[in-house]
Amino acid sequence: MRRVRHTVPNVLLAHAALAAYTVIALFPILLIIINSFKTRKAIFRDPLALPNPETFSLVGFETVFRQGDFFLYMQNSLIVTVASLFFILLFGAMAGFALAEYRFKGNTLMALYLAIGIMIPIRLGTISILEIMVATNLVNTLTALVLVYVAQGLPLAIFILSEFMRQVSDDLKNAGRIDGLSEYRIFFVLVLPLVRPALATVAVFNMIPIWNDLWFPLILAPGEATKTLTLGSQVFIGQFVTDWNAVLSALSMAMFPVLILYLIFSKQLIRGITSGAVK
Amino acid sequence: MTSHRRPIRWHIGIFLAPAVLVYSAFMIFPLFGTLQLSLFTTSEQQTSFVGFDNFRVLFGDPRWSGAFWNALVNNVWFFVIHMLVQNPLGILIAAVLSNPKLRLRGFYRSAIFLPTIMSFVIVGFAWKLILSPLWGIAPDMLKAVGLKFLFAPYLGKEEYALTTLALISVWQYVGIPMMLIYAALLSIPQEVIEAGEVEGVTGFSAFWKIKLPLILPAIGIISILTFVGNFNAFDLVYAAQGALAGPNYATDILGTFLYRTFFGFQMQLGDPNMGAAVAMIMFLIILTGVCIYLFGIQMRMTRYQL
Repeated sequence: MRRVRHTVPNVLLAHAALAAYTVIALFPILLIIINSFKTRKAIFRDPLALPNPETFSLVGFETVFRQGDFFLYMQNSLIVTVASLFFILLFGAMAGFALAEYRFKGNTLMALYLAIGIMIPIRLGTISILEIMVATNLVNTLTALVLVYVAQGLPLAIFILSEFMRQVSDDLKNAGRIDGLSEYRIFFVLVLPLVRPALATVAVFNMIPIWNDLWFPLILAPGEATKTLTLGSQVFIGQFVTDWNAVLSALSMAMFPVLILYLIFSKQLIRGITSGAVK
Repeated sequence: MTSHRRPIRWHIGIFLAPAVLVYSAFMIFPLFGTLQLSLFTTSEQQTSFVGFDNFRVLFGDPRWSGAFWNALVNNVWFFVIHMLVQNPLGILIAAVLSNPKLRLRGFYRSAIFLPTIMSFVIVGFAWKLILSPLWGIAPDMLKAVGLKFLFAPYLGKEEYALTTLALISVWQYVGIPMMLIYAALLSIPQEVIEAGEVEGVTGFSAFWKIKLPLILPAIGIISILTFVGNFNAFDLVYAAQGALAGPNYATDILGTFLYRTFFGFQMQLGDPNMGAAVAMIMFLIILTGVCIYLFGIQMRMTRYQL
């Protein structure tokens, strides 16, 4: 009976189907990258060919570097993403610890209050958020973006981290208390290192949406000095829409950091999704 | 020394404070602020309370209602395509991938998930170039398989543009249902499958009769994630078609409608109060969906104890 499911034609069929879909998934990305290294003529004459010595050209990238401040955009994206992740993890772990460790009046209510944001998108409050940022002079600062992304990331971070912190052994914490450690030291020295895998999961989950967001940079920080890479490439492409070399190169430039991040973190990301996400 | 009251445990407050402050100030408070804005109107620097008038205008006033209903109907269609294409496709890929004896599983999984991590800006423009009649990649490839007659400037035609955009979004996000279903399938114990095999239930019918009922909770989760994501979508339409969601508003969804209402476009000035009303409608739609999921589906769903 067991043989039925794993006959050779079945496996071949599975490979064929998966390979076909893999081509569909990767083709557009590869096409953009390949053509960003070609001359304009070659882009149109033979879009599917790899660049060869005759058709190789970096003219698109030259335009990108001359006209757009891509390194500044990348730096802004990096600052916003790293700062947001840092505060999501720090504040999220602190709050998650309080909810998991102490019994106090309103504990469940607080957990519910903090969980609302898991399902309700923060974008719906945008108009009010902009008013706050205008009133506090934070428009066109990276701080505005960080504050919004931290608020956006906290609910799920607290939820995941408090689940993990419940599993840390009480004996360990009580031993610490007997040794006279303060609650703060117990959290930072004993508990935090033990939930490192959960911290990594939360970080990876939050990284991609923050890096890729277009909405808040467009509304809160559209100024030249604070453009993120996503917004910067969007604006750049809008201006150079007829310059195919420049557009393709800008797209490649924007893909590059995300591809690197994916190469580094894909195991973590996939493990995170496939371990705790479905409960 | 008679009082046995516990000392106030300040550390609990200190642990909670930063998260609660940031979350309340930039998430909860703005939601209420937006609700409040939606009940007022501003003319000549004067703000006055108008109750639900903004909503009445949105639903019934000919200056607004046409655009609003158009965006809502488009958004519903956008969601329907995701439910009909993205989620079944994700389940299918996951089912094929979950065969433990298949080689290269990790490679397929990572490759199919790759588009999901790209920004909508990249994806929107990439597909715009590919589908562009100027570049000619799409028509040439269709020609190669003898289907050239199928080609049309899909993003430029009113009747195809929205469906095309929805399919691009499906292409990008199919990785999420795939991963979640894949994880759910892996968590089914081998004994359950083997018990089925002893009874002669194998292959496709094993999937249909044994595995599918067991992964229903995961299907519920991907459905609600899709719902929230779709009714809050903006980036792809903005990146591929601009704020005007062309051609002729054929790809306008609530997110782009909100953006234009709030910021204004072409000759029309932005109106924060009407924008807040649009945001509140999106909020109610999403809240309704989440409540139906939580109370109607998740609580009634039979959970098989594994």
